[in-house]
Amino acid sequence: MTLPTRTAASPAPAPRSPAVSERERGGEPVLSVRDLKTHFRLDEGVVRAVDGVSFDLYPGEVVGIVGESGCGKSITMKSILRLVQPPGRIVGGEIRYRRPEPVGEARRRYKPFEADLARLPPQGRRMRQVRGGDIALIPQEPMASFSPLHTIGEQIVEAIRLHEPMPKARAREVAIAKLREVGMPSPEQRFSAYSWQLSGGLRQRAIIAMALACNPSVLIADEPTTAIDVTTQAQVLELLKRLQADHGSSILFITHDLGVIAQVADHVVVMYLGKVMEQGPVSDIFHRPRHPYTRALLKSMPSLHSEPRVALPTVAGSIPHPLHRPRGCAFHPRCPDFMPGRCDVRVPALSAAGGRSPVACFLHHDEVEGGGHDA
Amino acid sequence: MPEGTRTTAAARPPEATVPAAPSPGGAAREARGPGGAPLLDVRHLRKLYPIKAGPLKRTVGHVRAVDDVSFQVHDGEILSLVGESGCGKTTTAKCVLRAVDPTAGEVLFRLPNGEVVDVAKLSEGQLRPLRSQMQLVFQDPFGSLNPRKNLLDIIGEPLLVHGVKSRQQRMDRVAELLNLVGLRPEYMHRYPHAFSGGQRQRVVIARALALEPRLVVADEAVSALDVSVQAQILNLLLDLQRRLDLSYLFVAHDLSIVKHISHRVAVMYVGKIVELAPTEELFHRPRHPYTSALMQAVPVPDPDKRAALRGLPGEVANPADPPKGCYFHPRCPFATDVCRSETPVLREVGPGHHVACHRAEELDLPGIDELERVA
Repeated sequence: MTLPTRTAASPAPAPRSPAVSERERGGEPVLSVRDLKTHFRLDEGVVRAVDGVSFDLYPGEVVGIVGESGCGKSITMKSILRLVQPPGRIVGGEIRYRRPEPVGEARRRYKPFEADLARLPPQGRRMRQVRGGDIALIPQEPMASFSPLHTIGEQIVEAIRLHEPMPKARAREVAIAKLREVGMPSPEQRFSAYSWQLSGGLRQRAIIAMALACNPSVLIADEPTTAIDVTTQAQVLELLKRLQADHGSSILFITHDLGVIAQVADHVVVMYLGKVMEQGPVSDIFHRPRHPYTRALLKSMPSLHSEPRVALPTVAGSIPHPLHRPRGCAFHPRCPDFMPGRCDVRVPALSAAGGRSPVACFLHHDEVEGGGHDA
Repeated sequence: MPEGTRTTAAARPPEATVPAAPSPGGAAREARGPGGAPLLDVRHLRKLYPIKAGPLKRTVGHVRAVDDVSFQVHDGEILSLVGESGCGKTTTAKCVLRAVDPTAGEVLFRLPNGEVVDVAKLSEGQLRPLRSQMQLVFQDPFGSLNPRKNLLDIIGEPLLVHGVKSRQQRMDRVAELLNLVGLRPEYMHRYPHAFSGGQRQRVVIARALALEPRLVVADEAVSALDVSVQAQILNLLLDLQRRLDLSYLFVAHDLSIVKHISHRVAVMYVGKIVELAPTEELFHRPRHPYTSALMQAVPVPDPDKRAALRGLPGEVANPADPPKGCYFHPRCPFATDVCRSETPVLREVGPGHHVACHRAEELDLPGIDELERVA
């Protein structure tokens, strides 16, 4: 079988109209995660880091995955890129990736590709093409992501030539064009700079240039602004928004920062202890949150407009240890609306019953996980 | 205090004024020390790190980590130092605790008997009894607790160092402290691994409070915590401050948290305080362009308010080679010739409102109210 590749130099798809999103239009998602389960088998027991997660990412859309530590947002990202290391293993579900068809001139070189990434061998040729070529990662730590021994230019050229063989000089031009596109000042000189010679903000731009090097259709941004300062964060978020608008690419944005999510995401997935608690359009999540966890998260955040030095509403308790996951709904021991006999017995299904967007809570419906209804 | 501690109180009238040292700022404060002397009075603090180069490792320049910083902390007051990475906020806090030796300046601390000592000039031996008065809460509760010690030994260690030899007495005090921070006294025989991040931070706080300090330096004390836990720890810090009449020097980069917790705020940029004012005043009426820019860069957790996040152009100035004039001028939209040539001094422009900007009076800068309106 010949491997479908996308050319690194091909122009990206034209921007899509922001008025009607692909999701509303009923188009096909570029990435569709269904009932994904990634478990870690340890001597002490099985950690169900990702336990039945489903969501869709449509072309030209930013989906934000938000949650606190241990919610499985990073393992979800690693599962999609097939980077989960043993003892972690995808034990169920599917990750369907469908390469979107570009518009305009690039269409001539388009090679259709569709696969369930969960079934591909992680080290195999096809997965290696997808990783970086179709789905690229913007990692959290720009310092740790570059080798200090090679210039950033060499590393971007390496990534380009890995996915599309071309002469070094040609790859160099592409790399410089990408550096220019992400707003790197004097890109020709910075091509020969080492990562440690750059400031945090420029390093993050270099990482984004590298992620964009092969014109991926999906960008996974894993806490891309957590390690940088607020004025630089604003620059990077603006850059991501602009790139997204210019290329019509899809971004899966993973963060714990609700402020960032509100600013960049179209659709939000709220996770807690390996499960999706709620998902929906960003305005619903922020203005009409349905799950008690989402409500509690939003309320417990100090904002620039909240009353100073008064006690903040808090979520009681702390996030349970992954090996001691509570029975029933994982949130029930901390939930203000806990219903004894229901929430601590059965696991609510993520269901859109009784509302617009799906929520996993018995306050809104009585569907239990795995089908059926709660008595 | 042991004999030999340098006393400076006699030499200085209680209401001594120093030009650049901001005077107490109006209604924001709740309590004042005897005679009006502040608990902590930092004057013209400087910390330079030499840059060594060449085969002989000669000093070729200095990194101006802290560059002529003056501020006061009064009894029962929470003063925040806020700024981006590299602005010198942590180095300032370390100089106050004498964790690093300041290059120049005075760190005057008022003892319970009214005596004022200069922490910057005491010897190690003279410092030891003073250590109980000033304590530190670290950022990372995973790195600041010894995994091989149980809570009794961790929280009991400062007691042991400061002469509580009886184990029973230490156990009683540790039980009391655990209660104070909201942990069960039975936990004292457990080890840190058994606790979540939030619980660990409570342990760190209990340890800091063991010796009944009057000044607590909290260096990014909540920034490593999850949102739902962050609110709990902020509430705890505020509650303890009121109950024990503590003073905090709160070092942070998150403006929402700073706004929530502090009475007064000092904004730092490249080793200097650029603005110092009572919290409400600072956030509603910033007088320094940098302060205003920081506020505009905070992502608002409301998807309907997606005004373009305004990051600052350019990068933070290099503290080893700062620009001439005002350090902020290359990034400042209001810079004029005078800003490029003359370094502004911190001066009082309103009651308790200090700012280091040549154009403070003429500029009308947006604060958080405008943020609301624009957005």
